[in-house]
Amino acid sequence: MLIAATIAILVVMIMAMIRAFIGPTLYDRILAVNMFGTKTVLLISLLGFLMGRPEFLDIAIVYALINFISVIGVLHYSDSSIFKRSDTQKNNEQ
Amino acid sequence: MDISSTVFLLIGSFLCISGGVGVLRFPDFYTRMHAVGVTETLATAMILIGLMLLNPAGLVLLKLIIILLMTLFISPTASHALASAAIQNNLVPELDENEDNEKVTSSNP
Repeated sequence: MLIAATIAILVVMIMAMIRAFIGPTLYDRILAVNMFGTKTVLLISLLGFLMGRPEFLDIAIVYALINFISVIGVLHYSDSSIFKRSDTQKNNEQ
Repeated sequence: MDISSTVFLLIGSFLCISGGVGVLRFPDFYTRMHAVGVTETLATAMILIGLMLLNPAGLVLLKLIIILLMTLFISPTASHALASAAIQNNLVPELDENEDNEKVTSSNP
């Protein structure tokens, strides 16, 4: 059952990568990268149990913190011109 | 114990896959954020509880509880920051054809 959950999480990570590549706005890409990071934490935990080495959970804890800091760090620049420009392109398409 | 772990892992895998399909197929940024929120809290909690029920040693159980608590605190915070940044930069939600767009964009904090 650990193998089935690992395969499901890998499929969801591929879906998140597709959304990160084709995302129409910048926020879709950030959302997909955030989801990818959370699924990476789950994948590391599951692989630790699958390979019989639960010491991988330390790496999972560190990866959860890095994921949060990366998302907040990108959103710190949400007043900059790149964010505004992508939104005006989206509104002009509509 | 093993059967309950299997059930929790199955529910978590189903919620993960449904959230992934929702991220690919929902029409709008905010609805995609709903799908990601489902996978990030409920599916993560289900899979981590399923791993806890595999009867690991004490320190491993403590680390799993730490990961679960950190995920439950961190991912709604990141989602809130992302949604507030999106709506402050005037990303308009897709609504019906009445004139609710003006109300949404003018009610920014």
